[in-house]
Amino acid sequence: MLVDKQTADALGQAPHLAQVKGRSLWKDARTRFVRNRAAMVALFVLIGIAIFAFFGGYIAQYERDYVDFSLMGANATQGVPSIETGHYFGTDADGRDLFARTVQGTRISLLVGLVGAAVAVVVGTLYGAIAGYVGGRTDGIMMRTVDILMSIPFMFVLILMLVIFGRSILMLFIGIGLISWLDMARIARGQTLTIKGKEFVEAAVATGVSPLRIILRHIVPNLLGIVVVYATLLIPSMIITESFISFLGLGVQEPNTSLGALISNGASNMQYGVIWQIIFPITAFVLTIFAFFFVGDGLRDAIDPKDR
Amino acid sequence: MFAYIVRRLAVAIPTLLILVVISFVLMFAAPGGPFNGERPLPPQVLANIEARYGLDQPYWKQMADYVWNVVVHFDFGPSFQYRDRTVTDIIVQGFPVTLTYGFWSFVVALVAGVSLGVAAAVRHNTWLDYLAVGISIGAQVLPNFVMAPILVLVFTLWLGWLPGGGWYGGQWEYVVLPVIALSTSYMASIARITRSSMLEVLNSGFIRTARAKGLPTWRIIWKHAMKPAFLPVLSYLGPAFVFMITGSVVIDLFFSTGGIGQFFVNSAFNRDYAVIMGITILVGALTILFNLVVDILYAWIDPKIRY
Repeated sequence: MLVDKQTADALGQAPHLAQVKGRSLWKDARTRFVRNRAAMVALFVLIGIAIFAFFGGYIAQYERDYVDFSLMGANATQGVPSIETGHYFGTDADGRDLFARTVQGTRISLLVGLVGAAVAVVVGTLYGAIAGYVGGRTDGIMMRTVDILMSIPFMFVLILMLVIFGRSILMLFIGIGLISWLDMARIARGQTLTIKGKEFVEAAVATGVSPLRIILRHIVPNLLGIVVVYATLLIPSMIITESFISFLGLGVQEPNTSLGALISNGASNMQYGVIWQIIFPITAFVLTIFAFFFVGDGLRDAIDPKDR
Repeated sequence: MFAYIVRRLAVAIPTLLILVVISFVLMFAAPGGPFNGERPLPPQVLANIEARYGLDQPYWKQMADYVWNVVVHFDFGPSFQYRDRTVTDIIVQGFPVTLTYGFWSFVVALVAGVSLGVAAAVRHNTWLDYLAVGISIGAQVLPNFVMAPILVLVFTLWLGWLPGGGWYGGQWEYVVLPVIALSTSYMASIARITRSSMLEVLNSGFIRTARAKGLPTWRIIWKHAMKPAFLPVLSYLGPAFVFMITGSVVIDLFFSTGGIGQFFVNSAFNRDYAVIMGITILVGALTILFNLVVDILYAWIDPKIRY
């Protein structure tokens, strides 16, 4: 034998050593993420916002649609944010508790962002993976369709849809879901093209695994990293889209509200000295978007470090 | 080059047709017509009104007539809401306003964004770089509907320097705030894209050669680095145009400029399909045209693209 006994023994030990020191890609990514101070701060801010949005209702002293008639006409002096009256964020123009409404608005915005991202992850990833894996003419047609859909000014079509089928949260979810997956499909396809040439896919093809199974078992898991990163970065842009429509008054309808609607209400009353009506919703909005951007950036640096 | 343009047109025209078809399918799928108001009209009256607007024709004929009228006569048909004007009147009235501040915000976003990005890349890792990155991160979370109230709060209500709305034929003080509100977040994106592509170009071999020859820095940047570094920015201009034209809806509404966005939102509340569809199709056509121009410019500037 060419290998002497010592080396052979060492090699025999190697699997155990590997087990002890083993570091997966995901563990590496986590270490890198935790070291990124901006991303960690943003993550905690985000957790805080989520707690605010989903449990803030328990702290609120008023229901979100309770109208305090005693404040009519005296909003600027008596609807001021204060701990004593229980209106922590003051009241809105109709005498409703702004704290409860901001909690609800933030919740709707987060939900829209998450739903949009979820649709993008499922539809976009599968679409992109199939287009990339199958290739050829199918790929050409599928991606050209995406190109065409992307060059349509979608906000206008979305508003057209909301007008025709009625303004409701469900319609908003559907509309946002329809547009959110396009970018993801492109990204997933690009990544699939590189994965497709790898040996393990060749091995799977050689052993006669069906194409669908290869896509689901071998390609999609390897797309996960990049998909997670872009899904995180997609959430804020979905929130911006929803808030934009609600700002116009075409999105979420009363008694429900969203951050965009709250900003719009605050903006139309700010000349009457009720400045808190705009400051709190804008702060909630900006913090949410900021936090998502930084977490997404941190994830990208952690999972895809070559892209610095 | 000519063949390339023809090939791009071959994509652009079907895109526009798809947009028209989508709009029409959505409209036909709508429960209830535009004249099913709160008071039900007698059937005969309703039938007459629908005949007047051509709504009794088969779907394909309505669609074909619409496309024909738009393309040949630039006529988007009558508005369902305003009896005294057509959709074309509304577009002719509102569009110049939107175009004016849209143009200026495009110029502002491009000039400010590119300067910021180039400055940051040239002075990489200095205070100027950090400042530029800080500005572009901050501006990114300020979309137009957040920026507009903040600007009015500061410059109209607190400082009293500029009017918070109106248009008055586009006098400069009425244009400033809409332009800033619309351009901020795109300026940020342009700055970020410029910075990263400029950094990449400045690290490449031919720039090192230029440096080694002893060329002055400004000359290296303007003559050698600018052209390749601008290409990613150019390809972002298509999406930026879509964002801008979409954002103009908020600007028109918030600043009461009287642009098409204001008509668009009012029609959305009044279920005036004719106006909504006319504006959607016009905006779609403009977007597709703009993307076409950008693509042709790209092919013209970038020697690596073969057409």
